[in-house]
Amino acid sequence: MNFQLPTPDSQGDPPPDSKGDCARVNSLGAVSWVLAVIVAGVVVATLMAQAPQTPAPAVPPPPQQPSEIQLVISGEPGTPPRYAVPDFVALSPDAADIAKTLGQVLWDDLNFEREFYMIPRDTYATIPAARTAEEVPFAAWRELGADAVVFGTIQKTDPSTVRVQVRLYNVRSRQTVFAKEYTGSATNPRLYAHTMSDEIHQQQRALRGVARTKLTFSSDRNREKVAGPVQNRDVKEVYIADYDGEGQRRVTTNRQLNIFPVWSPDARAIAYTSYRRGYPDIFIALIYQGLQETPTNGVGQNWLPTFSPDGTRICFTSNRDGNPELYVMNRDGSGVRRVTNNPAIDTTPTWSPNGTQIAFTSDRSGQPQIYIVGADGLNLRRITTMDSYADRPTWAPAPFNEIAYAGRSGPGYDIKVFDLASSTTRQITFGEGSNESPAFSPNGRHLAFTSSRTGRVQVYTMGRDGKGLKQVTRDGNNYTPGWSN
Amino acid sequence: MVKLKHDIRWMNLGFLVLLIAVLVVAACAKKNPVAGAQPAPPPEISGPSAVPSAPPAPPQRVEDSVPLPALNEDAIGNRSLEDLNRDSPFKPAFFGLDSSELDDTGRADVTANAEIMKKYPSWVITIEGHCDERGTAEYNLALGERRAVAVKTYLVALGIAPDRMRTVSYGKEFPFDTGHAESAWAKNRRAHFLIMSK
Repeated sequence: MNFQLPTPDSQGDPPPDSKGDCARVNSLGAVSWVLAVIVAGVVVATLMAQAPQTPAPAVPPPPQQPSEIQLVISGEPGTPPRYAVPDFVALSPDAADIAKTLGQVLWDDLNFEREFYMIPRDTYATIPAARTAEEVPFAAWRELGADAVVFGTIQKTDPSTVRVQVRLYNVRSRQTVFAKEYTGSATNPRLYAHTMSDEIHQQQRALRGVARTKLTFSSDRNREKVAGPVQNRDVKEVYIADYDGEGQRRVTTNRQLNIFPVWSPDARAIAYTSYRRGYPDIFIALIYQGLQETPTNGVGQNWLPTFSPDGTRICFTSNRDGNPELYVMNRDGSGVRRVTNNPAIDTTPTWSPNGTQIAFTSDRSGQPQIYIVGADGLNLRRITTMDSYADRPTWAPAPFNEIAYAGRSGPGYDIKVFDLASSTTRQITFGEGSNESPAFSPNGRHLAFTSSRTGRVQVYTMGRDGKGLKQVTRDGNNYTPGWSN
Repeated sequence: MVKLKHDIRWMNLGFLVLLIAVLVVAACAKKNPVAGAQPAPPPEISGPSAVPSAPPAPPQRVEDSVPLPALNEDAIGNRSLEDLNRDSPFKPAFFGLDSSELDDTGRADVTANAEIMKKYPSWVITIEGHCDERGTAEYNLALGERRAVAVKTYLVALGIAPDRMRTVSYGKEFPFDTGHAESAWAKNRRAHFLIMSK
């Protein structure tokens, strides 16, 4: 009899017929049976969906199990579920303004991904406000056509902290499908709404929302002038803001040119190009520590840094060998390798989502065009051919297999998206001023870019289908956005 | 007491006359912008400064009197770096759209600049590359770099030591003319010369 549990010694080289392996095989078998059943179900369901006219006597109706809660709220067939987000209830009188903010911000956040039909908040007036979860007037919400309604409360637990509770109800079944409580600082109540939105998108749509992501961009809003012999040179400083443009904060303060900011993948650092030494060089601001890194160690002039998706490497443009070429270095500046080698300009790099390829701009054909090269410098190929001028490629995150760029059209530029699988290009702006410098959101569903459509240059966001335009900046001119994870 | 008051009144009157005289002089002086900006003549002009003993003394001759006639040929060399860069002896070299090649005019202007570099062999300059607003901000940084390097290369070919010249590209970040027409764009596609030390 040898039924001992596997010890650390025996785990390294288990006997082929040990109890442990047997059990594993059995459980694997069970899993594969379950999987097979599920796959069969999915296949049948898919067939059903593809051929609705086929009679389907083989599929039994779903079993009625009233004890089980349908977590995902659906709308009428073929339409997105209709959501209502009324004001939150202030459980302490000093939280009234926060209660209103939470409702509005959560509505805006849920609206941003366009997965739900958000019922406008100004149509809720006829619906009696619920003070407690038991008072939620489901019948009235149903009358308004709501499939889902949010009930939330906010309480100041002391002058600086709050407790926020939120429930998402399925209006038809009157059941809670999502319930959360958050406690913490009262300084930025919008963050609670952003967190709820991301969690609701995750639970209801298996979607990674962007409500807690941030933008960075360069701005001349201070109207300060660079100190130097030539007059009238505007300072540009790096700023950050929430994805919706709220909470704009200045990051750099050196009164020089600070341009082309990008986020590190952990969203804790911003790499950018600064002229604080009189020439362009790469700086990394660790924004939560107040520290700064200069990875290029004074070699040549360097600009347009961009982090690899795993954050370990930086690709950038440098003139260190005489003309603008692309280089890759480790984040600490070690291990510099040259990626391109051509007397023409090679610049504006962007990494593929798996970090093995780099798209960039080169004028080796005579005009700036977008190319792709392996991060090892091999397998170069050109991708844009229909534009007279193309720059600022930005590789979309998975699963979108596409590269956005600014292509010249008319007097200015428009944002275009090249699909790598089909080698087709679609356009998402159409001559509303000049539209430049696209940057993808971390879920790939949105783009930030700059546009001169209102006169000055401002940062906007837009869905990858060109819908849902939203202005992010309004003060001064604002350039070259980057979007955090 | 009465006499004292009388004296005070006379003193007041005298003061008033004095005040009016001062105001008249000030008003006269203000008519000349140079004198207004330059209330006290710099101490180094000792020779001609014997004149200011005269009361109105509108010192509008200050600028003319700084370079002595004998040293006139070195008018450039005696100016401060700030003045030189504000009103530069160097001509900018202009470029065509999306181009970093010097045309005939550009080569002539750079050649003239090379003569100045040869005349003042201690000068160290920065050649700034600039672009118009029609290119993208990202690409223009590289284009401006190539314009600055093209000018530097030409100056080296004309015999100027490369270690006297630095290059820097500002892309389209610092336009000289903020207009949105070809007249502005043509001014902004340039290599601009700055004197860093002399």
